[in-house]
Amino acid sequence: MDLTYIIVTLVKLIIVFSVLMTTLAYLQWIERKVIAHIQLRPGPYRVGPHGLLQPLADVIKLITKEGMIPSHVNKLIYILAPFLAVTLALVNICVIPFGPEIHLDVLGHQINTWLQMTDLRIGVVFVLAMSAVGVYGVALAGWSSNNKYSLLGGLRSSAQMISYELPMALAIACPLLLANTLSFREIVESQSGYFFGFIPRWMIFQAFPLQIIAFIVFIIASFAETNRIPFDLPEAENELVAGFHTEYSSMNFASFFMAEYCNMVTVTCVSTVLFLGGWEPLFPAPWSDYAAPAIFGLAGLVSLWAGLNPARPKDRFTFPVVALASFGLAALFLAGEFVFPVINVIAMPLFWFCGKTLALLFVWIWVRGTLPRFRYDQLMKFAWTFMFPLGMVVMLATAAVVAVFPR
Amino acid sequence: MDIALFIIFAVIALLCGINLVVQTHPISSALSLIGVMGALAVLYLLLGAEFLAAAQMIVYAGAIMVLFIFVIMLLNAGAERVTKTRQLVKIAGVPLIAVFLGIVAFVIQAQLPRSQLVWFGGFSGGGPRDIGIPLFTRYLLPFEVTSVLILIAIIGAIVLGKKEMD
Repeated sequence: MDLTYIIVTLVKLIIVFSVLMTTLAYLQWIERKVIAHIQLRPGPYRVGPHGLLQPLADVIKLITKEGMIPSHVNKLIYILAPFLAVTLALVNICVIPFGPEIHLDVLGHQINTWLQMTDLRIGVVFVLAMSAVGVYGVALAGWSSNNKYSLLGGLRSSAQMISYELPMALAIACPLLLANTLSFREIVESQSGYFFGFIPRWMIFQAFPLQIIAFIVFIIASFAETNRIPFDLPEAENELVAGFHTEYSSMNFASFFMAEYCNMVTVTCVSTVLFLGGWEPLFPAPWSDYAAPAIFGLAGLVSLWAGLNPARPKDRFTFPVVALASFGLAALFLAGEFVFPVINVIAMPLFWFCGKTLALLFVWIWVRGTLPRFRYDQLMKFAWTFMFPLGMVVMLATAAVVAVFPR
Repeated sequence: MDIALFIIFAVIALLCGINLVVQTHPISSALSLIGVMGALAVLYLLLGAEFLAAAQMIVYAGAIMVLFIFVIMLLNAGAERVTKTRQLVKIAGVPLIAVFLGIVAFVIQAQLPRSQLVWFGGFSGGGPRDIGIPLFTRYLLPFEVTSVLILIAIIGAIVLGKKEMD
């Protein structure tokens, strides 16, 4: 364990942590904006241009608010619960691989490192274990608040998470059977290459159509695991006030919020890695390198057009800035392609990984803006009479495929 | 490094175990049990049995203890009253348990052959493959018998539950 290794790990730690925290803060802004546009509202608009400083304002508000501890709670467990929730949610990001191994030459030191905090031989099981233990944050918060609504929220959450863990684990088992490993890094590596030269060998396209069903089962189960609409029964506000976090305020409340968004990020990252090929590009080699500049250039043109034909007077100033930023990113990727290859070695995998993850996060928000909430008995019936048998059948069929056509 | 970690987590496991017995409220006892399981998982990791550690977290700390806590929350069990113990029990109990533990430790030490300490990284057979292959070849019969046993337990629970409902 030499000094270079320690410094590289610390640098990776700082970058991953700060990016994750910023993502968590801005995910809320994105969610409010997307839902607002689904409902034909402008959304947060006052704090900063297009409400961009809203997350900062929210964070300041939550930090400076008085942290109330109600007199009737079980104090130790009441304080422990949000801490558990947020820690167990944040720790999962350590094992997510964002990109392949890179070789850098920094000040004469040859650095070979993976764009990943650490790779465990049992990475997938580690994430499952952390999400299994993560139930305690919500369940204990509900119990220790000494409030009937909180208790109902905690009970619902633990029952729901135990029930949906089964179909989720069965769906995860399918790509694991095909990849024959539990390490996230090796799972992504097993997905490189193309069928017929143009269909990527992502898990979702392997053993057609079993993996598509497995992916859908996994996505539905993850909605329940992250307590999101249509399965947000633990915090159903028209029945339970605010569910398990009714009695929480200030940073304790913010911890639950952070944990929820962090679970969303983890689940989307895991589904990207397991089913959508991680950092592997959608197109074969010569085309995939032009996809990033093309997308950013298109985004720049669209926002430039929106700036030239402003719907609101403010847009005349804000959209050209977005266009400039997009053109800058496109130019960066083009420079990486032709002038400095070192940029593309790092940026290309990150572009594909973040692109897929953000697309999935958008689906999460889109579903929240679209679907109504389930009734509680429907939720349980759905899990045990539909999701569980379906997951079982898909897993057995995948196992049969792997047994008949060994790879 | 591993000695320090072993001592820290062994002490945590012991303290949680004692706390489990001392606490009067069922939820506190259950939480202490989760602490014991977590510390045990870390001890497995120190031995190099990483899959076992993760399974311990998923099955015991995750599924079983969540059900325990779920039932305690559902029944809304309050703190138990401490029954009055006789003064004699209090005075004689401590030396007696010390003697008992000493005898157990002596017997175990005498029975087991002198063996080497296990060092971190010295054992690498704890991966999923190293556990899975023996489980489905050499130990297939015990594995299947266990699953039948669990099935019997599930059916028994349903039968008992049905009787209650009628």
